[in-house]
Amino acid sequence: MEAYEKLFLWFSIALLALLLVALAYTSFAMHVHVPGDAGMIMVKPGQTLAGAVLTTPPFDHPGLRQLGPGRYEAVMFGQAWSFYPREIDVPAGSEVTFRATSVDVTHGFFIPGTRVNMMLIPGLISVTSYRFDKPGTYLLLCHEYCGLLHHTMNAQVVVK
Amino acid sequence: MSTPVVYRTDEFPLPDSQRNLIRWTVYLGFAALTVGVAQGLAQALNYARIDLFHYYPGMRSYYEGLTVHGVFNAIVLTFAFANGFIALTTARGLGRPLNGALLMASLGALALGSALVSIAMFSGHASVLYTFYPPLQASPAFYLGLALIVISTWITSINIFLTVARWRREHPGARIPLLAYMSMMVYVFWDISSIGVAAEVVGMLLPWSLGWSAATDPMLGRSLFWLTGHPIVYFWLLPVYVSWYAMIPRQVGSVLFSDSVARIVFLMFLLIIPIGFHHQFVDPGLSPGLKFMVAVMTFVVFIPSLLTAFSVMYSLEIGGRRAGGRGLLGWFFALPWSDPSVCAQILAMLAFLLGGITGLMNASYEMNLEIHNTAFVPGHFHMTVGAAVALSYMGIAYWLVPYFEQKRLWGARLARWQAWIYFVGVLIFARGMISGGLAGMPRRTAIALVSYPIPESWKLAGILVGVGGALMSVGAVLFFFVLFMTTFFSEPAAITDIPFTSTYVGPALEGWQPRLDRLRIWIGLAILMVAIVYGPFLVHHLPPRVVSMPFRAY
Repeated sequence: MEAYEKLFLWFSIALLALLLVALAYTSFAMHVHVPGDAGMIMVKPGQTLAGAVLTTPPFDHPGLRQLGPGRYEAVMFGQAWSFYPREIDVPAGSEVTFRATSVDVTHGFFIPGTRVNMMLIPGLISVTSYRFDKPGTYLLLCHEYCGLLHHTMNAQVVVK
Repeated sequence: MSTPVVYRTDEFPLPDSQRNLIRWTVYLGFAALTVGVAQGLAQALNYARIDLFHYYPGMRSYYEGLTVHGVFNAIVLTFAFANGFIALTTARGLGRPLNGALLMASLGALALGSALVSIAMFSGHASVLYTFYPPLQASPAFYLGLALIVISTWITSINIFLTVARWRREHPGARIPLLAYMSMMVYVFWDISSIGVAAEVVGMLLPWSLGWSAATDPMLGRSLFWLTGHPIVYFWLLPVYVSWYAMIPRQVGSVLFSDSVARIVFLMFLLIIPIGFHHQFVDPGLSPGLKFMVAVMTFVVFIPSLLTAFSVMYSLEIGGRRAGGRGLLGWFFALPWSDPSVCAQILAMLAFLLGGITGLMNASYEMNLEIHNTAFVPGHFHMTVGAAVALSYMGIAYWLVPYFEQKRLWGARLARWQAWIYFVGVLIFARGMISGGLAGMPRRTAIALVSYPIPESWKLAGILVGVGGALMSVGAVLFFFVLFMTTFFSEPAAITDIPFTSTYVGPALEGWQPRLDRLRIWIGLAILMVAIVYGPFLVHHLPPRVVSMPFRAY
C-alpha cells in the first residue's frame, strides 16, 4: 500500500471510531435507549395469539395507569387496523412508559416528533418511555405495513 | 509498468451461444425494470397525494404496486444483471468460456421464478411487500418463485466457481486475474448471505403457505430475512464495484492504482455479512448489547466503501489530469463526460456519497429512533440502489448492449441527457423523502389515502418526491428508448471485447498477497462471523415460537 492509501485508511478508521464514541455517549450517558428484550406472550396449546394477549397481564386491562407522581404506564395493543386504546390523555411533563404488543401481524408504533419508535411483533412485548413536556395532540402511527388499510391505523396521545 | 486485470488481453473466446444467454439474462432484468419503473412513478406521485393506482390496469391497491416495485427492481432486475454481467466478467477475466448448460439453467430458473412471483403478485395474492414479513401470507407461487430466483444465482455461482477452478488447474501457482477474482467474490459473498432467506422461504414460509403447518414464528422469519436482507444490498452494489474498479479507469483513460487494495475491499465485505440486525434496532426481543455490537460492525462496512472512494477517485484523477485537467478540481471537469457510460457512472458515484452518508445515519443505533420506518429510509436507498446501482447499470448498458447487439450506441447525446435527468430526479426525490422522514412521514404508507390530518411539512416533502420521481421516470423512459433504438435502428459495428483496465501496482506472486486468493480461510472466517452474531440469537430464540396464524387481508 502506498503512503496516501494508508493515511486515508487511518483517517477513515479514526472518523468512524469517533462517531461510534459519540453514539455510545448519547446512548449510555444521556439515556437515549433503543427498545430491548421486554418479555414475550406465552400462547398455550389450543389458544389463539389474540386470546393469549387478552389474558396476559397487563394486556388483560389495556389503558393508562398512574405509577407515581408524573409517571404513567400506557398498556396498548395493535390489531389491524387500530390501536387499543385509541387515545391516551396525560398532563404535560409526564413520563409515559408504553408497553405494547400485537394480536395479529407486525405493526409499527411511532409518534412523530418524539423518540417513541418501535416495532410490535406478534408474541413479543415492546417497551419504551418518553417524557411529554409540550402540550398538544400527538399522532401515534403504525409505520409497518400491516395489510389493506394500514394507512388508517393511528391513535392519539393528548398532552394537556 | 502495468498489469492488465484479465489473463489474456489479445482475444476473448466467448462462444456466441454463451453471449446470447448472458444477453437474455440481462434483458430479462431490464424488462423487469420497465414494470418496476412504471410502478415507481405511481408510488412517488402517491407521496404528492395523487392516487394513480385506480388507473393502473389490474392494480388493486397501493401495496400491490409497492410489492411489484420492490420485487421487480430490487430482486429480479438486480439478480438478472448480476447473473449476466458477472458471468461475462468472469469469462473475460479468465479468458475462457463458461459452462453453457449452467448458463441456460440459471436463465431458466430466473425466468420461471420471475413468472411465478408475477402471477402471485398480479393476481393480488402476494401484496406482502418486498420484505414479506410473516404472518402476512402470500400464495405458494410467490415463495416458490423467490426460491427459484435465488436458485438461479446459486447456479451462476456453480458456473463461476467451476470455471475459476478449471483455470486454476490449468495455471498452477498463478494469481487469479483481478477481474475474475472480484467477480468470484461477488458470488462467494452472496452465497453465504443468502442462507438466511433460503432457510426462511424454504424452511418456514413455503410449507406454511401450502398449509402443511398452521402457525409461524414472525420474529424468526424477520430475523432470517434480515440476515440476507442487509447483505443483499452489497450483492446489488458489488457488480457495480466491478465496473468502477476494473472498467471505469480504462474508460477515462487511466489505470487502477493497486491490485491488492481492490482484493482487500472485496474480502472485507465477506467478513461483515451478519449486520442485518441493524434493521431491527427498534425491535423487541433483542438486547441493546447485541444491537450496539451490530452498529459497530455496520460502521466497519464504511472502511471498504471509503477505500473504494479513494481508489476510484484516484483513478479518475489520473485520467482527468492526463486529459489536461489542472488544479485541485480541474481534473474532475476534464473527465470524458461526453461518454454516456462514464457520465452515468460518475453521477452514480456522486449519488453514492450521499447514499453512504445517509446509510451511516440509519446504522447509528439510537439515531434509528428518529428515522426507523420513516420516508428517510427510502430517501437513503434510492440514492444507493436507486442511483448508485441503477444509474451504473444504465452506464454499463451503454457499452454492454452495443457489445451484445454488435451495433453502435444510438443517440449518445440523448443518453447523456438521460443520465443527468435521472440523477437530478433522484436528488429531488431523496431530498423530499429525507425531509419528510425527519418530519415523521412514514414509509410504506399510502399517504394519498391516510385518514388523519397531514402536517404541512409532509406536503412540501411529498411534492418534491412526486416531482423527483416523475423526473426519474422520464430518465428511465429515455434509457429504454436509447436501448430500443440501438437494438433495432443503429449501424452494425464489430465490437469484439469489453472495456478492462490495468493496475499500476499489479498482484505479487510472493509475500502476503497470495493469501488473499486462499478462499478457504476467508470463507471459514465469514461463516464464523455469521455464527458469532446469529448463534446466540438462535440459541436464545429457538425452538420456533409458532404463535401466528396466516393473515391475508390485503
